[in-house]
Amino acid sequence: MIPAAFEYYRPKDMAGVLAVLEEHGDDARVMAGGHSLIPMMKLRMADVPHLIDLQDVGGMSDIEVGTDMIRLGALVTQADIIDHAELSNAAPILREAALQIADPQVRYMGTVGGNVANGDPGNDMPGLTQCLNAIFTVVGPNGERDIPARAFYEAAYVTAREDEEVLTHVAIPMPNGGYAYEKQKRKIGDYATAAAAVQIVKDGGICVSASIAMTNLSDTPVYSEAAGEALLGTSVDAAALDASVAAMLGDIEPTEDNRGPVAFKNHVAGVILRRAILTAWSRA
Amino acid sequence: MSKKMHIKLNVNGKDEEFLAEPRELLIYTLRERLNITGPHIGCETSHCGACTVTINGKSVKSCTMFVAQADGAAVTTIEGLGDPDNLHPLQEAFKEHHGLQCGYCTPGMITRATKLLEENPNPTEEEIRFGMAGNICRCTGYQNIVKSIQAAASEMNAAKEAAE
Ligand SMILES: Cc1cc2nc3c(=O)[nH]c(=O)nc-3n(C[C@H](O)[C@H](O)[C@H](O)COP(=O)(O)OP(=O)(O)OC[C@H]3O[C@@H](n4cnc5c(N)ncnc54)[C@H](O)[C@@H]3O)c2cc1C
Ligand code: FES
Ligand code: FES
Repeated sequence: MIPAAFEYYRPKDMAGVLAVLEEHGDDARVMAGGHSLIPMMKLRMADVPHLIDLQDVGGMSDIEVGTDMIRLGALVTQADIIDHAELSNAAPILREAALQIADPQVRYMGTVGGNVANGDPGNDMPGLTQCLNAIFTVVGPNGERDIPARAFYEAAYVTAREDEEVLTHVAIPMPNGGYAYEKQKRKIGDYATAAAAVQIVKDGGICVSASIAMTNLSDTPVYSEAAGEALLGTSVDAAALDASVAAMLGDIEPTEDNRGPVAFKNHVAGVILRRAILTAWSRA
Repeated sequence: MSKKMHIKLNVNGKDEEFLAEPRELLIYTLRERLNITGPHIGCETSHCGACTVTINGKSVKSCTMFVAQADGAAVTTIEGLGDPDNLHPLQEAFKEHHGLQCGYCTPGMITRATKLLEENPNPTEEEIRFGMAGNICRCTGYQNIVKSIQAAASEMNAAKEAAE
């Protein structure tokens, strides 16, 4: 499998990246770990005449755990997340999700920036970052801007990032309460049939805050505000669980594919969300 | 065809320099250009792990990396781990414990396992299965691969203790 030929650039700084993007517009694309892009180029489903490798661009590989915020550089890999003890303490859902992405080899290469910028509904971090209400920082010819994860995804592979912008950081408000990332997949290394990210705060046996997002059940990740609201003020009993699952099912739009027909996907989405809520609640 | 690039690699301790198109996949560089045929091509679609090599300390599927990305990197393949007269403890253990049948997956398996044991010198069976999940074997049913890695781990730990 040989991809189409391309010009290769490995700039040392962001100015160098932006210069190539500006010169070649649509014909240029950045590459981080390459583990989504290279397979697409090999299949000739992506044509990238000018390929900009980000590996030498500094300032995007740090994990910063502050008091109120966590900041991940775009080039932080899934393996970096798994290995970072302070991060795992502060936001254990990140590690729980990262461990369910792909396989060890892929996790050394796959980056946070690539995972959220890619726009593939199968990627796990878009739903995860929506659950956590993360903010993406992008930089382009007109400088930097912040885009909330919940406003980033427009359709499959279509995001609020402009072609000449590069995603540099993901900022995550310090999560609190119980958490769970549950994923149903056909085999290890597979994309989700359905996955749920849940973060819940319990106070005196009552749910006082709940954030729920689903993966691979629409052409974008789905932040289901209604599913979270259905748990508020309840003790997360059977009725609340049913209401939350029903609300979530109203927000997703799965389509039939090789992971199954629509009825099956709705079923699996319900099972996975229930499981995620119960796990998060037990940890809250 | 795009412009050829001047590439430098260190493969198994040996410096290599050549001109290549940036789109050349590292597995072809190794197998066809450098005649290092230990890493195999099983799927060519990033799924099987037969092409696994170590690049700058990471286990990487070399069918999913352009040679241009690897420019300047240090690459280790199965050929760099041991030789017939001086097998790596993992090679010895795979031989002793029937960790292979057809052998097609084995170079990738062992190369990946070196990194796994470096990160976790005393893995449980579950940790081995999880840490080896990027490598597929169509013959063994994995049981003996797990056994081989466990045996190599004990062997390597004992050797380390003896040396201390
Ligand atoms: C076998 C296999 C299994 C996998 N399973 C899963 C899975 O279960 N779950 C999952 O979430 N992912 C999975 N992946 C995908 C993997 O996690 C990807 O590596 C990841 O999604 C993308 O990260 P990357 O750094 O490799 O991005 P790249 O492939 O380099 O880039 C992907 C896209 O994002 C763009 N991009 C990259 N970085 C930036 C940036 N900083 N700014 C703007 N645009 C950028 C690129 O231009 C490209 O369009 C799998 C991959 C493989 C090969
Ligand atoms: S040949 Fe590279 S993963 Fe199968
Ligand atoms: S020994 Fe035949 S594929 Fe593993």
